[in-house]
Amino acid sequence: MSESYAPNLYQIDNLRLSLADMTKKPLVGAAPRLEILKGLSFTIPKGEILGIVGGSGSGKSTLGRALVRLLEPSGGSIKFDGKDITHLPETDLHPLRRRFQMIFQDPMSSLNPRHRVGAIIAAPLSLHGLSNPRQRALEALDHVGLPRGFATRYPHELSGGQRQRIGIARAIALKPDFILADEIVSGLDVSSQAQVLNLLETLVKDLGLTLAFISHDLSVIRRLCTRILVLHRGEIVENAATPALFANPQASYTRDLLDAIPLPDPKQVWA
Amino acid sequence: MLDGRSQIKRKLPPRLILSAGWLILLGAAAMLAPWIAPKDPLAQDLFLGQLPPAWVQGHEPGYLLGTDSLGRDVLSRILYGTRLALTVALLAGSITCIIGATLGLLAGFLRGWVDIMISRAIDIWMAFPPVLFSILLIAVLGPGLTSIIIAIVVIDWTRFARVIRAEAMTQGAMDYVASAQVAGRTRLSTMFTEILPNVLPTITVLLTLEMGIAIIVEAILSFVNLSISTDDPTWGGMIAEGRTSIHQAWWVLVFPLITLFLTVLSFSQLGEGLKDRFDPVLR
Repeated sequence: MSESYAPNLYQIDNLRLSLADMTKKPLVGAAPRLEILKGLSFTIPKGEILGIVGGSGSGKSTLGRALVRLLEPSGGSIKFDGKDITHLPETDLHPLRRRFQMIFQDPMSSLNPRHRVGAIIAAPLSLHGLSNPRQRALEALDHVGLPRGFATRYPHELSGGQRQRIGIARAIALKPDFILADEIVSGLDVSSQAQVLNLLETLVKDLGLTLAFISHDLSVIRRLCTRILVLHRGEIVENAATPALFANPQASYTRDLLDAIPLPDPKQVWA
Repeated sequence: MLDGRSQIKRKLPPRLILSAGWLILLGAAAMLAPWIAPKDPLAQDLFLGQLPPAWVQGHEPGYLLGTDSLGRDVLSRILYGTRLALTVALLAGSITCIIGATLGLLAGFLRGWVDIMISRAIDIWMAFPPVLFSILLIAVLGPGLTSIIIAIVVIDWTRFARVIRAEAMTQGAMDYVASAQVAGRTRLSTMFTEILPNVLPTITVLLTLEMGIAIIVEAILSFVNLSISTDDPTWGGMIAEGRTSIHQAWWVLVFPLITLFLTVLSFSQLGEGLKDRFDPVLR
């Protein structure tokens, strides 16, 4: 999709991110900084499906939000397609925003309840000055397997799985290079999960997307991702190809995570 | 995936019909007062003082709701009073709403120093006793329609600012705001296109409530003789006059009071009714 020659869509060097800890803020003066990401370095090659796993508070969502620049890092650098976006101000970021999109965990919160589905999908398109946003929004609905009639519905009139498809449609409508999916199936039942994952897999192939998939569920990650990044307390404890990680986990934290996967047959282990 | 949801026709809620009906009636009365009022509201006739309403012994034909102690027709005075009441309700209500809601929206969504300044202003403002504050304001500005409206706006903007600020804070924490940022929408544009539609139902309810309150405040100020010039009939002024002759002529006090009560009630019910009917999330 892109004309540049950088093999890596994302290059992250020594990424640090700290936020003000408001619970420990003194009456006068600044709140102490809470270090969430403690120097992460990795790359996301074009076309890769990267899984990001870790327990609660491991910093996986914070990392994701830094990648799409919802959060500004406090140290290190993020290069997107060769361009340093670490501290880029919002106005300079705007043309790039079209190229990295995000699907959120809870569509009930990420879809504006008082906008119609068609308007929700079309809004980013018109913000980036694309022609025929309405028509493109309907095509995006086709892409995610929803009838075009849904364009006039409100989000609360849809089921959980349908809502998440709207979130996907909104992200792919811009034809981005990269999509961040933050825990997008954790709120769904098993059959909706499978449908949404299948859809995502197809879209990634058809549209040539690069995907970062955040989850706490290794069995979901295993199905979808080509490589896995294991985060623990703001640090990368393991970064390996999916088969290698499952066959031969290096870090003890990864082994703990693998052991936590519920198996259909408890006597069996991951081969 | 068709279903019957789109076919469901929601009936108009009864409270919307009743409250809107009463307010439309009042609006018509205010506009047509010179033609429908049976008498001149200012015409005095000391021989016809304190006539009872038409269904009570001793009434005179032509004075449907009786007369006050100066012989002025109560019904005509109520009809003319409607003009001032509605003017105050609409003007004071909307101006208060626009100022208060804008400040609340800015404070709740932008946070930071904007929020600190607006919130402190609200805190300080709310420590003033409102009725005394308004009396003081009118005393300084001088009586008149403009002064009443200014007094209501100055006192009541905090009502909107406080509630809308809290609501905007809740909405601001939703992911659709983050999603708008990912899509490349500016903060200010996000506030108007994403947050505003979600606080609009609350604004509507507060606005209609405020219109009722504006009428009450005007009545209170008339009651203490600080409203418009004493000649023009106002509901509050009529209630004040009726109070002195309550034992001889209860109707002078009771009819404007009932009108006032129904009007304020209708305004508050109108807001709730509109929300029930038109909020897409509740539908």
